[in-house]
Amino acid sequence: MQDDPISNQKTMTSSSGLPTTHDPRLTTSLRIVFVGHVDHGKSTLVGRLLAETNSLTPQRIRNVEEICKEKGMKFEYAFLLDALEEEQDQGVTIDVSQVFFKSSKRPYSIIDAPGHKEFLKNMISGASTADVAILLIDAEEGLREQSKRHATLLSLLGVKTILIVINKMDLVDYKKEVFDAIRAEYEKHLASIKVTPHAFIPLAAYYGENLIKRSQKMSWYQGPSLLETLDSLDPPASSVDKPLRFPLQDVYKFDKQRIFAGRIESGSLSVGEELLFLPSKKTGVVKSIEKWHPPKSAGGQARQKASAGESIGIVLEDQIFVERGEVACRPDTAAQVTNSLFVHIFWMGNLHLEKGAKCILKLTTQEVECVVEAILKVINSSTLDEISKSSRSVAKNEVAELILVTKKPIVFDPFDAVTETGRFVLVHDRQVRGGGIILKAAEPMVAI
Amino acid sequence: MDQLDKLENQSIFILREAYKKFDKLAMLWSMGKDSTVLIWLARKAFFGRVPFPAVHIDTTFKFPEMYAYREKYAKEWDLNLIVGTNQDAIRRGINYQNNDPVTVCHEMKTVGLQQMLAKEKWNGLIVGIRRDEDGTRAKEKFFSPRNIDFEWDYKDQPPELWNQFQSDYDKDTHVRIHPLLEWTEIDVWRYVQRENIPVVDLYFAKNGKRYRTLGCMPITKPVESDADTIEKIVEELKNTKVSERVGREQDHSQRYAMQKLRAKGYM
Repeated sequence: MQDDPISNQKTMTSSSGLPTTHDPRLTTSLRIVFVGHVDHGKSTLVGRLLAETNSLTPQRIRNVEEICKEKGMKFEYAFLLDALEEEQDQGVTIDVSQVFFKSSKRPYSIIDAPGHKEFLKNMISGASTADVAILLIDAEEGLREQSKRHATLLSLLGVKTILIVINKMDLVDYKKEVFDAIRAEYEKHLASIKVTPHAFIPLAAYYGENLIKRSQKMSWYQGPSLLETLDSLDPPASSVDKPLRFPLQDVYKFDKQRIFAGRIESGSLSVGEELLFLPSKKTGVVKSIEKWHPPKSAGGQARQKASAGESIGIVLEDQIFVERGEVACRPDTAAQVTNSLFVHIFWMGNLHLEKGAKCILKLTTQEVECVVEAILKVINSSTLDEISKSSRSVAKNEVAELILVTKKPIVFDPFDAVTETGRFVLVHDRQVRGGGIILKAAEPMVAI
Repeated sequence: MDQLDKLENQSIFILREAYKKFDKLAMLWSMGKDSTVLIWLARKAFFGRVPFPAVHIDTTFKFPEMYAYREKYAKEWDLNLIVGTNQDAIRRGINYQNNDPVTVCHEMKTVGLQQMLAKEKWNGLIVGIRRDEDGTRAKEKFFSPRNIDFEWDYKDQPPELWNQFQSDYDKDTHVRIHPLLEWTEIDVWRYVQRENIPVVDLYFAKNGKRYRTLGCMPITKPVESDADTIEKIVEELKNTKVSERVGREQDHSQRYAMQKLRAKGYM
């Protein structure tokens, strides 16, 4: 870390301003989630992709060959991922698997998410961490309920880059008309939820057509293959240029000094700077940035600056008492504080979320009790039909517009402004049952 | 921020969450490269300290080099080392001559851990498994609950969104915390190299062989290798066609062996 020109003032002033480290594209991995209806071929595509990029050991492939032979079936690429006995027996993915592969361009990590409606929370869990989502549609079957539901959820989760793969083109004789028809129908649906996909790619995963190399069987398609498309994507934008949001995770008193520990969610902070802690409105000046280095290493020199993504500790000039959940900002670009939030949520609980229900809202390291003050709208996440304007409850797998009233003030940003402080989960009966994004404060803000 | 910085910062965040959320927290340390990286990350997270016990579930079948390493670095790093062994299984004569690897692993590791947990009442247990090691570990969560019988309900795992981890359970449930889930084998070695972390000598090639993972001596086999430095190990891993745990007999002794072991509480 001490060689990082951005986080070390000394290097920054002595260098010509050019970064000295190599292109991060070569080293940071891109996280891809594969989603789609249950039988549309996600695990097959991922398995084939792993095989074609030499990411699997011969032994692993031999194991799958043996299992398939015993079961009397042709080679099943999906078994390379669906490692559980019941997944292989039933041919469904139950929970997400994370696997890794490398192209000549960069490393990737793949999240293979289940497509079955019953496992929707697993899909959401997997997709919430992705930089890129690949949505699969079976060319023969066309759009299914899950294809539409997944797109809605991806947009709510804030996945910015979405690629659409029309898979199993072999089953429709690689016909352009089939591809065009599905594309037109899906584009219309996506436009209604304001999603603009990065690309539509026709593909036959089992045969590797358009997977790594461009397919000879679909010469009517002029675009790049799936892997070429992935390699052309930019790495995810960092939140370093956003306003500072440093939620306190814990306060350590190991020695005489109090260290405020946490991860910088957005922006950056420097020694000597004044911080405003919300919601308490206390202020303090950064005396030092603490990061541990082993005793004999050269990295022991004091840090002057730290930025988004770094787990650090800070010591303040004067002792102030602030706890986990406080968010440090700069006074001139402070976050908002409110008791009343206007939000979009998706609900994963088996029990309906009722008007008046009490939940714990968790946003970064904040945890506050809240009440569902109003259910403004409930939307069927696949058809996007408004179920009812005056609904009193939200069922499993539905999306809703709510007003949440919190018992204590909550520090936030609208999701569009700062992603990290604009999203939250709802804990009900000790379980994470909902997730959501904040559109704005529903009431006038608490004066700060 | 490069890949290793990203992984390090995320692991530190997870360790700090665990430290905040569990009043009875411990870390499993097998002296292997992964759990040693965990110790290192804990020292980073807590500014030079490891503020919870480092626990070695000792099967008594480890390599002598591993025991020597344990004593040396437990002292040097000022660890609160707790060693636990399933003495009952030893009295019953459970060992690799008499029993199959799955049975010994279950008795000496899983049951051994169960006994320690019953005694020490830990509700959070930090474990250095990684998703790229095995198909069932690929499905793990960062905070993964185990019931009183140590069972892993892999069909109904809590959702993990945006670094919000579920930590509130009945007192009979303990949570496995997995800060290294997203690291790959090569990331671990690059980190060992970057941070200059001491590792057990058995990882380095001698006479054309080295150990890629360290487990119980009778069921851990070396791989063919000339990699006698970390640089060479990193190079070797870039081109390897052999899986990391190939030398671990318990994984391959029967089909779905890891699923069966892990469903009952194996790491």
